[in-house]
Amino acid sequence: MARLGMLIDYNWCTGCHSCEVACQMEYGFPPDQSGIAVHQVGPWKIADNDWQYDYTPTLSKQCTLCASRLAEGKKAACEQHCQAQCIKIGPVEELLAVLDTDAQSRKALLVI
Amino acid sequence: MEGMTFVEHKKPFRYQEGNLTVTRGSAWSAPGCHLGCGVLMYTDADGKLVKVEGDPENPFNHGRLCVRCLAVPDAVNNLERIRKPMRRMGERGEDKWKEMSWDEAFDLIEEKFKYYKEKYGAESVTFWQGTGRDIAAWITRLAWSFGSPNHGPSLNGLACYAPRVYGCIALSGSFWVGDFSQQFADRYDNPEWKCPDIIMVWGNNPLVANSDGAYGHWVTDCMRRGSKLITVDPKVTWLGSRSEVMLQIRPGTDAALALAMGHVMIEEGIYDKEFVNLWCYGFDEYAEVVKDWTPERAAEVCWTDADSIREAARVFAKADGACIQWGVALDQKEEAVTACQAVASLLMITGNIDNPGGMIKPPEVLMYLNGWGFDLISEEQYAKRLGPEKYKFYNVGVVAASAECMIEAMETGEPYPLKAAWIQTTNPLTCMGVDPQRTLEAFKKLEFIVVVDPFKTPTLIALADVVLPVAMFPERNGIRCGDGAQRIETINKAIDDPSLKSDMEINLELGRRLAPDAWPWDNVEDMFSAVYDSIGITFEEAQKQAPGYMPFEYYKYKTGKLRPDGQPGFPTPTGRLELWSNMMHSVDLPQLPVFEEPVPGPVTTPNLYEEFPLVLTTGARRWNTFHAENRENRYLRRIHPEPAVQINPKDAEKLGLSEGEWVWVEGPKGLSGETGRCKRVVEITPTILEGVVSTDHAWWHPEGDPEKLYDVFDLNVNQLMPWGCGPSGMGANYKCLLCKIYKVDGGE
Repeated sequence: MARLGMLIDYNWCTGCHSCEVACQMEYGFPPDQSGIAVHQVGPWKIADNDWQYDYTPTLSKQCTLCASRLAEGKKAACEQHCQAQCIKIGPVEELLAVLDTDAQSRKALLVI
Repeated sequence: MEGMTFVEHKKPFRYQEGNLTVTRGSAWSAPGCHLGCGVLMYTDADGKLVKVEGDPENPFNHGRLCVRCLAVPDAVNNLERIRKPMRRMGERGEDKWKEMSWDEAFDLIEEKFKYYKEKYGAESVTFWQGTGRDIAAWITRLAWSFGSPNHGPSLNGLACYAPRVYGCIALSGSFWVGDFSQQFADRYDNPEWKCPDIIMVWGNNPLVANSDGAYGHWVTDCMRRGSKLITVDPKVTWLGSRSEVMLQIRPGTDAALALAMGHVMIEEGIYDKEFVNLWCYGFDEYAEVVKDWTPERAAEVCWTDADSIREAARVFAKADGACIQWGVALDQKEEAVTACQAVASLLMITGNIDNPGGMIKPPEVLMYLNGWGFDLISEEQYAKRLGPEKYKFYNVGVVAASAECMIEAMETGEPYPLKAAWIQTTNPLTCMGVDPQRTLEAFKKLEFIVVVDPFKTPTLIALADVVLPVAMFPERNGIRCGDGAQRIETINKAIDDPSLKSDMEINLELGRRLAPDAWPWDNVEDMFSAVYDSIGITFEEAQKQAPGYMPFEYYKYKTGKLRPDGQPGFPTPTGRLELWSNMMHSVDLPQLPVFEEPVPGPVTTPNLYEEFPLVLTTGARRWNTFHAENRENRYLRRIHPEPAVQINPKDAEKLGLSEGEWVWVEGPKGLSGETGRCKRVVEITPTILEGVVSTDHAWWHPEGDPEKLYDVFDLNVNQLMPWGCGPSGMGANYKCLLCKIYKVDGGE
């Protein structure tokens, strides 16, 4: 089976934490654990009207990329609930193809 | 149901998925916000809620959810919830209670309310609600059918949403919201819709705040489809960092900025001349007002730069479809209505009203803001409403009473004595009410107080004589008729807990006892069907078919569909959009927008400013909470555990403050000579304008000592605010205050 990965369009991640809580609820994790965690880079001012102000999620050891949900034809809990729709889970090869076609936006590819 | 569009579903609204039962529905209160997102609620074989997911079939949120609904199981299953009606055994302020049955509770409330009505008049019983969630329709009906005109939120100057709504009505006869395609079942694919060229985000952070029925991330949806942003905020928000123009302004100076933008549009001839000629009234007078508001003058007032004001005006005026996603910052200043006029005028002179990608008149089943059942109260009783005597504006459209006037009447017994309060799913000592110590003392003068809430709160401990536990949204049925574009949307019960009653069941039961003719329904479902009567659908039918969208068209002003007489134009005295407002004129308020400096403030009270040298704004939303709600939720509290004050690194350095330390934020309570203070954790960020600090509102510690009122008097920032509002009676200075900041001593 093709290796699965997560492509994050982190230019769009607004830092809303929905991925974290959706994961906690899906798997019954306690409040201080999750399969995914949002990190903040910035904010700092680079120049007038130019800010470094990003968020991006990374995956913990507890992430399974929601294999069971995918098998039911659902999206992963984090991907479905991501309010800015910046998470995409799929075979790594397909995600790499997305990287090739959309060079505009800053992205991160995570594998587990 | 003619012309309605319903969303197709693959499954019924309740179905099995493995061992779990899934109930499709909508999330409103309690807990909840202003929205009503589509949800799928998962319950196990024991009927316990195990998970809430977004409903991918619902066009409102397209399967997404914010953390507050995702974490709802932790609230629903919280062991600290109140599950039985209770009566107080000790003194007010003590945590001593005796459980009672629902019948005993209703008997007692009925007896007391009837007694006060008989002896002092129905107006002696006051009815208090929180913000506009699933409450206004039911509590107004209860108050009015009982005969009391004294209903409202404990919000000083109705300073949320209402000033913008009534300000817009004063100019155009309607309220307007940004066009994010929310009125269409097929949303962004609808051929009539146009993605706004420009979204001007003014005085709110929609991603977090989700105000006015607008799902915040519709803004990012539109950005992906090409929308550009202008952001007006004292803070560079995430959206601000991705805006064409970011206008960082001093809190409370919005009107000056809007007047200067109008100045640029007229000076440069970039306003929509044809639209103004055909559809606006009072343009010459408006042009005269903005003539002196050069961008340079406004820049000095707003602590921003003139070039950015020019740029924002140009970008906005030249857009093909521009909307304003405006927020509560405009309402939370004493001169709120005129500030709303100033901003709304920009929409009018650019023709961004009733157009695709501009501002739309939200389709409505029920204008819930004005309650349900106004005809039930007699003219004689309504004339006793507290508020209109002091504030004339309360005579034009506003149906609530003034909280400030009710507080004064509690204290003085004038113009008549108040005896009882019905406080339903709101927490006035923690959130809406200002000067909470004074508010507490005023309420304590009442003889009988009922509090309806899912949890013990500072207000409940301090004041309740009888407590009724309320069901949360997964535990009840309901309909979502709230802010913004309404649709047919049902809240469906996923958990059956007979020990709890919903807000609506409580109001129906009490209504049947107090005014049976006004409450002819055997159950709440029949009551909901009565609200949907105009649509021609029953609640049970709606459960199966919701969400349903009402017919919608643009440019109704051209076809006579905005006016009751069917003539083209707007429902105003002149039939035009009134830059010079006849309605404002009728209540002796400025017909044209003006800017007033906040009082106290850097300009109006230089001596106070010397002692309190920071401008303070309060109430910027956090992801994890809705006002005073959700602080007991373990999954949500983790995200933002303590109240913070955000300060610019330069100001922090001047004051010797470091990240994460506890400080007092202290400020003058208006011009009273008194001050108030609250504890905060320092959060240093370069995004906040120098000289301005921003802090969270509505803080308490549910884990704290109930008999210390859960630390509310250590934490509530509203202690820096006095009762009293501007000349219209709408708008109060929640967001433009003065303060100083100093470290908390070890022992405090």
